[in-house]
Amino acid sequence: MPPKKAAAKPNVSAEELLGHYREMLLIRRFEEKAGQLYGMGLIGGFCHLYIGQEAVVVGLEAAAEEGDKRVTSYRDHGHMLACGMDPKGIMAELTGREGGFSKGKGGSMHMFSKEKHFYGGHGIVGAQVPLGAGLAFSDKYKGNDRVTFTYFGDGAANQGQVYETYNMAELWDLPVVFVIENNGYAMGTSVVRSTKSPSLWERGAAYGIEGEEVDGMDVLAVKAAGERAVAHCRAGKGPYILEVKTYRYRGHSMSDPAKYRTREEVQKMRDERDPIEQVRDMLLTGKHATEDDLKAIDKEIKAIVNDAAEFSKESPEPALEELWTDIYAEVEA
Amino acid sequence: MATEILMPALSPTMEEGTLAKWLVKEGDTVSSGDIMAEIETDKATMEFEAVDEGIVGKIVVAEGTEGVKVNDVIAILVEEGEAVPEAGAAPAPAAAPAAAAPQAAPAVAAAPAAPAVDTTPDWPADVEVKSTTVREALRDAMAEEMRRDEDVFLMGEEVAEYQGAYKISQGLLDEFGAKRVIDTPITEHGFAGIATGAAFGGLKPIVEFMTFNFAMQAIDHLINSAAKTLYMSGGQMGAPMVFRGPNGAAARVGAQHSQDYAAWYMQIPGLKVVMPYSAADAKGLMKTAIRDPNPVIFLENEIMYGKSFDVPVMDDFTIPFGKAKIERTGNDVTIVSFGIGMTYALAAAEKLAEEGINAEVINLRTLRPMDTETILASVRKTNRCVTVEEGWPQGSVGGYISGVIMQEAFDYLDAPVITCTGKDVPMPYAANLEKHALLTADEVVDACKKVTYR
Repeated sequence: MPPKKAAAKPNVSAEELLGHYREMLLIRRFEEKAGQLYGMGLIGGFCHLYIGQEAVVVGLEAAAEEGDKRVTSYRDHGHMLACGMDPKGIMAELTGREGGFSKGKGGSMHMFSKEKHFYGGHGIVGAQVPLGAGLAFSDKYKGNDRVTFTYFGDGAANQGQVYETYNMAELWDLPVVFVIENNGYAMGTSVVRSTKSPSLWERGAAYGIEGEEVDGMDVLAVKAAGERAVAHCRAGKGPYILEVKTYRYRGHSMSDPAKYRTREEVQKMRDERDPIEQVRDMLLTGKHATEDDLKAIDKEIKAIVNDAAEFSKESPEPALEELWTDIYAEVEA
Repeated sequence: MATEILMPALSPTMEEGTLAKWLVKEGDTVSSGDIMAEIETDKATMEFEAVDEGIVGKIVVAEGTEGVKVNDVIAILVEEGEAVPEAGAAPAPAAAPAAAAPQAAPAVAAAPAAPAVDTTPDWPADVEVKSTTVREALRDAMAEEMRRDEDVFLMGEEVAEYQGAYKISQGLLDEFGAKRVIDTPITEHGFAGIATGAAFGGLKPIVEFMTFNFAMQAIDHLINSAAKTLYMSGGQMGAPMVFRGPNGAAARVGAQHSQDYAAWYMQIPGLKVVMPYSAADAKGLMKTAIRDPNPVIFLENEIMYGKSFDVPVMDDFTIPFGKAKIERTGNDVTIVSFGIGMTYALAAAEKLAEEGINAEVINLRTLRPMDTETILASVRKTNRCVTVEEGWPQGSVGGYISGVIMQEAFDYLDAPVITCTGKDVPMPYAANLEKHALLTADEVVDACKKVTYR
């Protein structure tokens, strides 16, 4: 199959398309740099990269408005970059430094930003699903029309708490978009080896939840589906499920040799479906940008990522007193 | 500008590895994402991708080399037309992180110097009191706080239309409506998670578990989601909420409905843990729990729900956390207990008094924070201590207390601390066996006699 040539679509301006390109590229370059810093021993523990899945968060963030919330699993760097969190603070959290979003106390899997309405970064598979419905509950309780994007993977989609949450979310019409990022593999177990019914979004039907499958390598398709989901939630119709078919190029975590799939499978996806290349193609064939324009963006992104890496190395380790802070919130007198 | 490619760490524990195979050769052009080499780590063989664009100027470490240290230069990338510098001459990509050895955490006493024991009474002597059941006190506390703060709501199984499985929420639906008194399906894991998410979102949920035995289905959210988020977020957000319900043995309900979880929750930093004894405790502590900006585990007891105690008639009666109450003063032995354990402790003290042994009885009320100062001050006076709880012996609350006493007041002890606990068995159903599995006041009496050598 030749590389997919997506034509420029009428529902997006050149400016928006360039924005999507820029944001996806930022995530990819940031993650490559994170992988490099991990290799140098500057990042420890687990580090789950988002490379290949960039169109999912960038497309959905394009459908979000100020005040909407998001919560996800431990593969969270892309979500944080896409919602506008400072790359420096993210990278410095990865290196466990004072300048990190959690002052170095959370790490790759546990990061938050109250300002950007990013509610983590959760390390227990599936736990973020009821948490996300709870965030949506708080908005409904307060009587506003904000929506919560609750991301989880095809692996988490088999956790019981997901279905407990589906039931209550529909019962109570909670404004939550459940985003199943189906990258085909729960760590090393492919979907077909873990799931009898291959269509994960259709499970929502048992609870009366509407949903759809989306091409997660096509940022504009993701955005369009995100807009439908958000409109459904804002209209007070309750939750909506998006099963976004995506693909991660790297292993589950940095220490995953990924022997459960062939190199050819990964290469084919990169060559034919890459979300960034698709947009690049659209920009060039639609004459929305020149090679030089894109090179300038590449350069700008590289500088942002290098600055983040520098910051993450220069920011000091947290003071030892930080060990004892933030265990309890202070009681107001 | 030349870029040095370093031997990567490809697992959390890798220090060195084997450069198994090069997939590029000198002169090849690579771009980010291209696989450059295969590296054997301590766990597996991993593919190693290029991050930067360039031309492979020099392969420094030949394939097949074993024991290549992490961060050794293995290749050099150059730009087109650029000469290959010697390894080590290219700008170092990054300094190794400063390996600051963590200082040993201080032993038990992380808390600041001991404050003086606070013995102020819970309410002024001239305040009128009213006989109230623990059940009514809990309901009144929740109702008062729900009137005070719109963000407080109650969620759980049968809390609304059924008026509470144990009638703790009686009347709350009528007063506050279905928006704030919410019946859930039987789905503890799910609703504990939803309530925790709602707390992240700025509300102040009260989650009723029909019993804490069922909270085991949900415990991941109590601990991993509610207790740890403030820390993991560097103080940005936490879970201001209360998880409450009956805990411990009721009567003849068997092993799966009769466990005391006090010691489990007491262990978790980030949680506050309350176990009231009297109706006044229940009311004053529940109001404090709802206002507290942290997750609070509030352990009630079904047998205590119907017991009546004096509760002060005040507009806003609260009891601070971390303040034990000396229920009875004495000089001969200190009995420390909490929750329903207080019934055994006080009954034992009565019997002991008849035999001329004056026990000081401390009602802890909160297990985290724990008012160890009041315990230690009493032990320094009596030189003896017996702890009383219905939970199991191994890893018990009493075991922790005896450890604190040993470390902080060893020289004051005239006898080993005895921990009176439930028996080390799952709760049996048969009436006679159940009675034996639980604690008795006589066991507490015997323990007190043993430590006083009488």
